[in-house]
Amino acid sequence: MTGRPWSNVAIIGALLLLAIAIPRLGLPAFYVSLLTQTWIYGILAMSLDLLVGFTGLVSFMQAAFFGIGAYVVAIAATRYHFTDFWLTLLIAILVAAVTAAAFAALALRAEDVGFIIITLALNEIIWGLAYQWVSMSGGDNGITGFLRVDVGPFHTTGNAGFYYLSLTALIVCLTLLTLIVRSPFGLVLVGARERPRRMAALGYNVWLFRYLALIVAAMFAAVAGVLFAYYNEFVGPGSLSLDTTVQILIMVILGGTGTLIGPLLGAGILVFLSNALSDITQRWVLILGAVYVVTVMYAPDGIVGLVKQLAARARSRHALAPAAGSMPSAALNPREGPER
Amino acid sequence: MSVAAVPDPRSSIEVCLQLSGVSKRFGNLHVLDDVALCVRHGERRGIIGPNGAGKTTLFNVIAGELAPTSGNVHLYGREITRLPPHARARLGLARTFQTTTLLPGLTVVENLVLSLQALTSTPFQCFVPRTHYRGFREEALRLLRQVQLDHCADWLVRALGHGEQRQVEILMALAQRPKLLLLDEPTAGLSAADAVLVTDMLRAYHRDVAMILIEHDLSVVFNVVERITVLHYGRVVAEESVESIHGNPVVQEIYLGGKL
Repeated sequence: MTGRPWSNVAIIGALLLLAIAIPRLGLPAFYVSLLTQTWIYGILAMSLDLLVGFTGLVSFMQAAFFGIGAYVVAIAATRYHFTDFWLTLLIAILVAAVTAAAFAALALRAEDVGFIIITLALNEIIWGLAYQWVSMSGGDNGITGFLRVDVGPFHTTGNAGFYYLSLTALIVCLTLLTLIVRSPFGLVLVGARERPRRMAALGYNVWLFRYLALIVAAMFAAVAGVLFAYYNEFVGPGSLSLDTTVQILIMVILGGTGTLIGPLLGAGILVFLSNALSDITQRWVLILGAVYVVTVMYAPDGIVGLVKQLAARARSRHALAPAAGSMPSAALNPREGPER
Repeated sequence: MSVAAVPDPRSSIEVCLQLSGVSKRFGNLHVLDDVALCVRHGERRGIIGPNGAGKTTLFNVIAGELAPTSGNVHLYGREITRLPPHARARLGLARTFQTTTLLPGLTVVENLVLSLQALTSTPFQCFVPRTHYRGFREEALRLLRQVQLDHCADWLVRALGHGEQRQVEILMALAQRPKLLLLDEPTAGLSAADAVLVTDMLRAYHRDVAMILIEHDLSVVFNVVERITVLHYGRVVAEESVESIHGNPVVQEIYLGGKL
């Protein structure tokens, strides 16, 4: 963000071109679909990062809103024969937001560990509904029998078409989330994460800002859920299970909390690793666990944090070399130096 | 609106803060016992007392972090006894904490901007970049220039020295143009030079804001305030002007005598 905006723009442009070109590079369809999953899980993981990384709320109920988005698609299409994409998306976002408004009010009665436990329990309630309200949700069997719908220029029945739909959704969500974290609202969230007491003393209703953050994050999770349902043309209780909750949390921590782009990276690593490993061994979850432990031990700020730290170290070494009379910039400006 | 304790008849200046019959119990422990306090507009008040006298608890009751067991608190005639801290801040109450409480992972200027924005509607803007709101940053830099800290505006707060952090914290409180500022040991843990910086900053501030100061260092208290309230085991045992406090036998016995 600081200093070299043009090189950042160039990098983002190059990555974007690459992402657009991928379905046309003649890669096996398998990889295109893995990337599609990455974009969808990326939205979900970024929505959780808004809570974990920026607001300091470790929510275990983000999978519930993902699942709500997915089930809205399936239930609307199969029970009510309602297949308009945009209206379905809107309804999914609204249902998630309303649920989040109720759940957040309950969860924010507690802090820290209490908050985690309550969100975990609330997630289990939604899972229980999906699992046991068989007449509506299909129970353990889930819901099949609905198909992808074309959205604007995207012919989603094709692999590439759905890839582009997901990529577009990712870019829109990433842009919106970036705007949010760089806005005055985003600064308040970070303040509430760092020192809620101080923020309250300054006149901020910390509860309200956390409440709003939980609702906003749920809306993004619902977008990911809608895409996920269409992508699989199937919805089951697994999508909002505790497993999913833990997986997206690992994506966020692996990639780097409070960075948005890190969780996207984490999503990619988890999607690719779990697919590659499950081909080789039944025990791939074990290996994922090991990767997670290594990350927490040696790169607690995630991959993005590690890269930033290495870059800062390289830069300060670079700055030290020609320092004849002037102070190295890293020492002068602690923002550039490695985080302590 | 009931004002239970009788305002000090000394002057006709508006009453800023009024506490009447304030008690705070934690189980059987009476931390505050029937405390009455009346601070006028623009007054500088010191609160002294030995450790455990209930000074910080009193602050937390005034700031809204603790609800009193009984009694009530008025700010400019308005009852605030049950208001949460953020609502009191909106009525013109600002505070510093005993251990400097800034937002360490943010820059100095971001800390000040958060303070300046707090009482506006800007914090609810969620799709406009912060860089768009130049006015807040410029105001923050202007404030920093007053204490010669503008050169480290974009440093992370945690990179500042202890005294500088304390200055920033007081600056954050004053940036909101409060009517009442609570200072919990503003010079605690500071070097003598840093303490002078902070004391001068407080003395120089214009008289529109009332300040209540908790302090162990009596030289600081005598430098900044004009009246002193002495708290002992949760009770107000004396309230005197700075000039006459030395002569008060109760104070000599329990505070000055006991400590020195």
